[in-house]
Amino acid sequence: MTRISRIVLAAALALAAGANARAAETGWKLERAGVDVTDRASLQSGARTFVNYCLGCHGLALMRYSALTSIGLTEEQIKDNLMFTADKVGQPIATAMSARQGKEWFGVAPPDLSVIARARGADWLYTYLRTFYRDASTPTGWNNALFPNVGMPHVLWSLQGERALRTEELMRDGKPVSDGHGGTVKVSRFETIAPGSMSAVEYDRTVRDLVAFLVWAGEPHQLARHQLGIWVLYALVILVFLTYFLYKSYWKDLH
Amino acid sequence: MANTSTTPPVRQHWAHQLLDWVDARFPLTPLWESQWGKYIAPKNMNFWYIFGSLSALVLALQIVTGIFLTMNYKPDALLAFASVEYIMREVPWGWLIRYMHSTGASAFFIVVYLHMFRGLLYGSYRKPRELTWIFGCLIFLSLMAEAFFGYQLPWGQMSFWGAQVIVNLFAAIPVIGPDLAIWIRGDYVIGDATLNRFFAFHVIAIPLVLIGLVVAHLMALHETGSNNPDGIEIKKQPKDPHTGLPLDGIYAHPYYSVKDVFGVAVFLLVFSIIMFFAPEMGGYFLEYNNFIPADPLKTPPHIAPVWYFTPYYSIQRATTTDLLYVLAAGVVVLVAFYWREIPRGLWRKLTLAVAAVLLVGFYFIEAKVWGVVLMGASVLFFFLMPWLDRAPVKSIRYKGPLYKTALAIFVVAFLVLGWLGTEAPTPAYTRLAQVGTLLYFGFFILMPWYSKADSHKPVPSRVTK
Repeated sequence: MTRISRIVLAAALALAAGANARAAETGWKLERAGVDVTDRASLQSGARTFVNYCLGCHGLALMRYSALTSIGLTEEQIKDNLMFTADKVGQPIATAMSARQGKEWFGVAPPDLSVIARARGADWLYTYLRTFYRDASTPTGWNNALFPNVGMPHVLWSLQGERALRTEELMRDGKPVSDGHGGTVKVSRFETIAPGSMSAVEYDRTVRDLVAFLVWAGEPHQLARHQLGIWVLYALVILVFLTYFLYKSYWKDLH
Repeated sequence: MANTSTTPPVRQHWAHQLLDWVDARFPLTPLWESQWGKYIAPKNMNFWYIFGSLSALVLALQIVTGIFLTMNYKPDALLAFASVEYIMREVPWGWLIRYMHSTGASAFFIVVYLHMFRGLLYGSYRKPRELTWIFGCLIFLSLMAEAFFGYQLPWGQMSFWGAQVIVNLFAAIPVIGPDLAIWIRGDYVIGDATLNRFFAFHVIAIPLVLIGLVVAHLMALHETGSNNPDGIEIKKQPKDPHTGLPLDGIYAHPYYSVKDVFGVAVFLLVFSIIMFFAPEMGGYFLEYNNFIPADPLKTPPHIAPVWYFTPYYSIQRATTTDLLYVLAAGVVVLVAFYWREIPRGLWRKLTLAVAAVLLVGFYFIEAKVWGVVLMGASVLFFFLMPWLDRAPVKSIRYKGPLYKTALAIFVVAFLVLGWLGTEAPTPAYTRLAQVGTLLYFGFFILMPWYSKADSHKPVPSRVTK
């Protein structure tokens, strides 16, 4: 490679490294979801949480119930345990609530979640579902630290419990710490008002499974894509070697 | 094969008979031989010369995958988003076809940008290859149109609002702007009518133009012969007495055929790594917000075009009233600077007239319109390269420090503008984009001066390794 080619390659790699990250509008720090879409138990647990707690308002309408067979469930299991809004497994995972009802009840129709994980990212969803708190000033009585004044109430409250958000000035040596812009540094923390049925660890795991399920549902063929990709890469590496030797053998008599 | 009375007639293979039959009716063999089979190319074409073939490969890939996508895509504002997801989920191998197409779009711009950069390195636009270059610039313009229309089709938030931003730029044109924007949209807002016509442009109108231009580009190239990293015209060299070829010429086939096949294999490897393992490419190839269906009532907080348009988008956004003052000063300085170079009479009058129109225009027409003009000019300046470059040598190998510095600054400005185009604007970023814009245009506008004033090394008579 020439010197210029090396410079271009280095620049391209530098650009790729600073990937176009999803922004959190509020500056609330996103926490790593750490989902594993190859973990079928996790996906199945997420599917169960989804139909029990989310499907009342949010559909996965771009996917059929039968698609759940590819996370290791049989059609019988799907019919008996998960299929609340349809009669046949070939039907879409649609919500029973209409968009109009949603708009009337929550001010905005709850979005379909088929590709929400691709739009928001796993970390955003994971953080969002763990930052609800009690707020008497909103119509639902709930607010969210990551998505302030969101129309959605805390659907998983019975699991997580009720919490309040306490925002205080950061104190050092008895004085508030300046943020360098004329204000003070604020810190927020959650305070449990009433415990839920799950411990914090259990709740985090439940949310992680739910997010994993949504990530999988965002692109159900992603595992097949990875598996096929590996074989294609093997084949192409062989092709690169073969074509390289073909090229060199043709060119060796040129000078 | 000539048959004489002393040799018995040779029974030809049926394939040869068929070829003879065709050649008697259509110039298939002459066409193949003039375009590739007996095409003579310089023997020193390096790594940078692969991107032409790769562009053709990606064009073919886009057309073939595009045909299959069209079979299941619905150009309807109510159905489009779900039909793309239907392709991703329900159509057998649909996800693969779609990712090939979406990765192919970005790959197309990567190989075309590198192909154009090769031209800037080795002076491929210089005489006698001006038309090859101009056809190439037209291909680039068509490609931008093709990509823009194609990006609307998934009908996500970025599709919708990207179209909104770009069409609104036309609405800023004085007098005819608002009506022009309605005419383009086919409605008062971006909607079903817009989606339908953009679909028509994307799948038939622009591809037809593209293919025609690619044919013209290749025919013009094969007429003049390829340039090379030394910028030496091999056609002017003496012929080798044994082969009858120019001293530094070799047959493109099989030599560059096998080299290109190797290049294709490497390209497919890189392409597959992205397509199978990072088809979104961190939000650059497929923007995250485009997975939210288009919603005319909800403006996203941050509208960014896809990466390949961001340098031009940055230039458009950088054009504020502040910049117009700088541009006005620049016009005056440039006219004074080049005055002695401009031939007396009509040309000088014309220069003054254009300068006067610009100065008056900067004052009376809003900056947004000039942003559109500059965005257009940033692409159109490429067309002028054959006449802006006054260096006595073609290749950067024999050019002096001025051109090397200018090209380096141009590349950095292009990349920085590209990065800024993906970010939300802040006052500091806008300043940076304005500096980048001036450097971008400075590369072209000052080229007649620095390419002539530069020191140049003597060009050898034979190509080097």
